[in-house]
Formats: sequence, C-alpha cells, structure tokens
Amino acid sequence: MKMRILASALLGIAVLLVPLFSGPFLQYLVLNMLLLALLALSFNLLFGMTGLLSFGQGAFYAGGAYAAALLLRAGMPLLPSVLLGSLFAAALAALIGAFCVRHTRIYFSMLTLAFGMLVYAVVWKWTDVTGGDDGLIGIPRGAFFESAERYYLLAAALVLASVAVLHRLSNSPLGLALRAIRENSERAEFSGIAVRQTIFIAFVTAGFFAGLSGALLAPLEQTVSPSTAHWTKSAEPVMATLIGGPFAFAGPLLGAVVYLGLKEIIVRYTEYWLLVFGLVLLGMVLSFRGGLLGAALDHWARRQRA
Amino acid sequence: MMLFQGLVGLSEAMYLWLVAAGLSLIFGVLRVLNFAHGSLYMLGAYFAWIAFRISGSFWIALLLGPLFVCAVGWAMEFGFLRRVYGAPEAFQLLLTFAFVLIFDDAVKLVFGPVYQSPPTPAALSGAVLIGRSVLPTYHLFILAVGALVGLGLFILLEKTSFGLIIRATAADREMARALGVRSSRVFTWVFVLGAWLAGLGGALSMPVRAISPGMGEFIIIEAFVVVVLGGLGSLRGAFLGAVLIGLLHAYGIVFMPVFELALGYLAMAAVLIVRPWGLFGARET
Repeated sequence: MKMRILASALLGIAVLLVPLFSGPFLQYLVLNMLLLALLALSFNLLFGMTGLLSFGQGAFYAGGAYAAALLLRAGMPLLPSVLLGSLFAAALAALIGAFCVRHTRIYFSMLTLAFGMLVYAVVWKWTDVTGGDDGLIGIPRGAFFESAERYYLLAAALVLASVAVLHRLSNSPLGLALRAIRENSERAEFSGIAVRQTIFIAFVTAGFFAGLSGALLAPLEQTVSPSTAHWTKSAEPVMATLIGGPFAFAGPLLGAVVYLGLKEIIVRYTEYWLLVFGLVLLGMVLSFRGGLLGAALDHWARRQRA
Repeated sequence: MMLFQGLVGLSEAMYLWLVAAGLSLIFGVLRVLNFAHGSLYMLGAYFAWIAFRISGSFWIALLLGPLFVCAVGWAMEFGFLRRVYGAPEAFQLLLTFAFVLIFDDAVKLVFGPVYQSPPTPAALSGAVLIGRSVLPTYHLFILAVGALVGLGLFILLEKTSFGLIIRATAADREMARALGVRSSRVFTWVFVLGAWLAGLGGALSMPVRAISPGMGEFIIIEAFVVVVLGGLGSLRGAFLGAVLIGLLHAYGIVFMPVFELALGYLAMAAVLIVRPWGLFGARET
C-alpha cells in the first residue's frame, strides 16, 4: 500500500516536471493525455464502478469548455472561469441526470446519447452565443498563464488533484455504494442505499470532472468547436477506459495514454482511425473485458499463486 | 397546408418507423439494444445505390440493397453478438457501438465522405396536387410501403407459427427453450429481420435524401427518441412514436422553426416524466 502511494507520488511529480525536459509538442501531448484521462475517469465513475454506460460525457465536456471560454472572453481571470465552467457542467449534468438516472441501464445509455446530441444540436444552432459551426476563437488565458509552461503546470496540477479526489471517492462510502448498485441494485436498495440519489450524485460528480477537463481544454487550444459535444468525443473516454481497463482505478489513466499515443501514430498512416479503434474495441469486448490493466493484474495474480 | 404538412410528416415518419421497428423487435427478443441500427440503415442506402448503379433499376436496387444488409446483420449476430450474450449488457452495447465506428468509417473509406447524388425512380417521379401544394408521388409511395410493412409485421407476428415462436421467446426465453424452441436460431432470424427493416428504410431513402456516411448517426438518435416515446420492445409504440415525431417535425418547422429540433426531445422528456416506460412499453423489470 505504502509502495503504491510512493509510486503515485513519484509519477505525479514526474508529470509536473515534464516541461523541464521536453519540447512544446510532448508537453501538449501529455496535457491532452491528462485531460482525456480525467474525462475517462469521470466516465468510469459511472461505467466501471456503477455499471452504467454513458455515451453523453461529451455534453458536459463541451459544457465546461464553452462556459469557461465565454467567461474568459468576458474578461474573467483563468481560475474562476475554469471553476465556474466546471460548475456549469455539473448543473447541466444535474438537469440531464434527473431524466437519465430514473432508468435501467439500457435506457440510461440511450438517453445519455440522445441528450448528448441535443446539447450538440444546441451548440450548433445557437450561433449568437456559441459561434455555431465556427465555435469560439481567441480565448485569452491572461498575461500570467500566457506561457505554455505555466499553463501546463496549472492544468496538470488541477488534473492530478482531481485524480486524487476521484481516487478518494472511489474508496469512500459513496464508491462502495456505487459498486453495490453495480453488482445488484435491488439488494443495494434493500440494504438501505438510496439507489437513485446515489447514482444521481455520481452522475453530477462525473459531469463536474468532465466539465473540468473541457474547461481546461478551452484555454489550452484557445478555441472551442462544436465537435467537443459530438458523440465521437463521447466515444473517446469509452475507448480509453475499455483499452486501459474499467475495473481498476488506474485503468482509464493508462487507457488515455495508450489511446492518444496510438492515435498519434495511426493518424500518420490513415485518417480512418475510428475504424481502427472500432476494431480494437471489438477485440477488447470479445476477449479482454478487463482491458490492459485487468489482463496484467490477472497475469500477476496467477504468477504469485504459482 | 395542414393536410400537406401532415402528409409530408407522415412520409418522413416512415423511414423512422422502419428503423425503430427493427430496433424494437431486436430488443424485444434478444434484449440487446443495437446501436449500429442506424449504420445498417446507412448501409441499406449505399448497397441500394451500388445495386442501382449496376442494374439501372430502382426496383432491383430496392430488393437487393436490404438483402445485402441482411447478410451484414447475419454476420454481426452469428459471428460476434452471440459471443457476448453472457456478458453484462453494457458490453453488448459496446460491441454494437464498435460496429458503428467500423461501418461509418468503412463507408467513408470506400465511397469517400462526399454526399452521393441519388437517382429518382421514373415511375414515381410525378407529383400530386394537395390544395395549392405539390406533393411528390414518391412520398405517397413511402407511406404505402410503411403501412404495408406494418401490416406484414402484424401478420407475421400474430398469425404465423414463426411469429408465435418469436413472441414466446420474447415473453420468456427460458420457457420457450424448455418447450423445444431453438432460441439461438430465433435470435439470428430476428436480428436478420431487424437488419432488413433498417436496410429497407435506407434503400427507400436513397432517391429523396442525400446519401452520406453521417446519415446513420442522425436516424439512430431519432429512433432512440421514438422507442423511448413508444416503449422499447413494442412495435405499436414504435409506429406511433415515429408518426408523432414525424408530425412534430413537419408542423414544428412551419409554426416554430427555431424549436423544431428540440420538439422531439421535449416530447421525450415529457413522456419520461409521466410514463417512464413509454406509451406502450412494459413496466421496467
């Protein structure tokens, strides 16, 4: 256990030190991995932990990104904009979640996808506020954070802090309640867990962290486009989580790194990377439901027994 | 004007009905929600387009396009889906979702991302006068086909022994199996039938709607709204849901053009509050 804490701390420090020994490209890639990792962790709070498959995380990601972008453009400083952007995403999640959590798992997946695309349609059509097709451009991040290194440090620190919070959450009574719901929601209800309220809390929490991921993306790119709300964006945390492994806390983290690394390589050869990831997903679902981390842990456990 | 928009809405509803019917039928029997159903619709349009290019006949295209989709559906069920029936349902959804990614990009790879310009069937290229508006004959043809398919499905499910087996499997698959129904074979046939319905919808849409790789994702979302409205697993619900959505769009675009897009979702949200299991669905278990 102590080993694990030590290793996590070292890894966290290494992530913060990236600007010292790398160029802007690697910095940008690592930050993107961190943002996807946060999005995937928020998704996995619902999927791996609770057993609910959400295809709508893109809605909250975009909600956070657009809200933060609008506040920044209105002249608000960086940190409050990012925080308020995330809170806006959480509010959006509360609104959509009120409809989604009333339902069984299949309805849940369908509804998250449908509401996610509703958000996409709104972003696309409401040109006055969101810039429609063009999105929002020229998002300032203030004089102090204009340097890429400083922004990297801020964003990385916020992501690492969120990961710590999410890890704490997954071992808290709330996390245990969510697992109980995944295993058997009726039994969970009978043992005194308020199933709907618990799922609702998880949904809003996941919305908040997905929103934070988006709110940190907007100042990084200094633009936001409607594609942040599209279902193909919602598919990214799904794939990252499945690749890394949904049943271990670090699975989505590993998956985000592998997914973006692979994508970086694949797009050099073909623009049809979704096809490649479709095939990867197919293989994962058919034979490696535990993902890379699950397979590694299984292997390790077997070796220890032998 | 009212009548004209109504007819337009109804004919638009028929594509949605074909897709939603397949989706609902498959869910009712297999208990699997096929995210790739919109992609099968898209494949139907592309296959029909190829068949038209080769044969030059709209009718041959209408026959062959959906049949090719049946073959794809068969491969999906027989080769992949049946391997995950024992897995948690989220993984079944993920499997069909993988097919969305694969089909959509495969079509882009083969045909390019451009919109294909579709042919117009000669026999149906006329128009009828409704009041002062001109309604293409093709819209009426679509209405007739949609109604015929509905009637056909009703007869198949209610009056034939195959329909009896399907209904029995949907109601209680364990009991049906115990009585000697080979449920794995029923699953395959139902999936193929559902794929045919989606493919037919796609093939029918070829002359009036632009064919593009994104057409599947658009209709699957609408189909979700329809089955949530009507109740997942109910064909009657799928039909009425599709008609409701088609009419909402047709009248919405005239009376509230700004909200047209949101109307379907609002209807869905309203139904979810009052009757979460849909208008005709069974209460959730």
